[in-house]
Amino acid sequence: MGSGALFIAVFLACVVEAVEATTIVLAAGTARDWRSATTGMAGALAVLAVIVAALGPAVSDVPLHGLRLVVGALLLVFGLQWLRKAILRASGHKARHDEGKIFAEQLAAAAGQPRRRAGLVPDWYGFTLSFKGVLLEGLEVVFIVLTFGSNARNVGLAAIAAGAAVILVAAAGLAIRTPLQRVPENTMKFVVGIMLTAFGTFWGAEGAGAHWPGSDAALLVLIPAIAVFALALVGLLRGNRQAVLAGRS
Amino acid sequence: MADRIRAFAAFWYDFVVGDDWLIAAGVVISLALTYLLSRTAVPAWWLLPLALAVLLPVSLWRATRRGD
Repeated sequence: MGSGALFIAVFLACVVEAVEATTIVLAAGTARDWRSATTGMAGALAVLAVIVAALGPAVSDVPLHGLRLVVGALLLVFGLQWLRKAILRASGHKARHDEGKIFAEQLAAAAGQPRRRAGLVPDWYGFTLSFKGVLLEGLEVVFIVLTFGSNARNVGLAAIAAGAAVILVAAAGLAIRTPLQRVPENTMKFVVGIMLTAFGTFWGAEGAGAHWPGSDAALLVLIPAIAVFALALVGLLRGNRQAVLAGRS
Repeated sequence: MADRIRAFAAFWYDFVVGDDWLIAAGVVISLALTYLLSRTAVPAWWLLPLALAVLLPVSLWRATRRGD
């Protein structure tokens, strides 16, 4: 796996997660208190950094064959779940991910809670909302960094890609202080789903003892093949949905 | 305490398995079959893509049928 492909896959996946986390921090800051929201975000980032520092070297020491089997299985399950949701959204069977709507819902929920000070934190609700949001979305980032990075034997580059994505999105979000609705999140999730599924298939099969024809070059066939298959499924489901809607009217 | 353990288990189930357990089960079974096939003289690389081509449409069909 080339360094460029590793960087792009991790960067795209982490942008998607970072957009979701930023929406929650913005809602906590806008509806509650900015100091509490940013403290919560910083606390969660510190916990995530400790997890990467603790697990990174340990994962890198695992023999490559066993690592690829476990990581391939997890990536394949993750990738298929992402792809499944992306196909359902693209074909109209599931509501599209809308950061503006999520932001409005978070604002409404946060505004109704009583204010309570805890130590140095002026608003405990704003702190925990931000902390939990960043930690939960960040766990997925950690998972992607460790799985892609350890398989490519380059956790450092994966961490740099993730860091670049998080800093870029967080800076944009905090600068404009509104949810990042212009990020084509649904399309990006579709692409990330394809990449996770392709790499999961490749590494999972290798870890289970299979040998791909053409070795690493097989990925150059797997990625477009999965993309075409997923798009065909979108077309099929969209057609079915239109037929059902036409039948009802 | 029991509620916290249940919530912790539910979080990891949701994180790893996700919306459709069939996908996770299918991936594990497919990898086991790939391992068994790789012990023989028959090439085993095709089994996982084939499983993917079956699992994804079946999972989508289940989702659209129950209105996920």
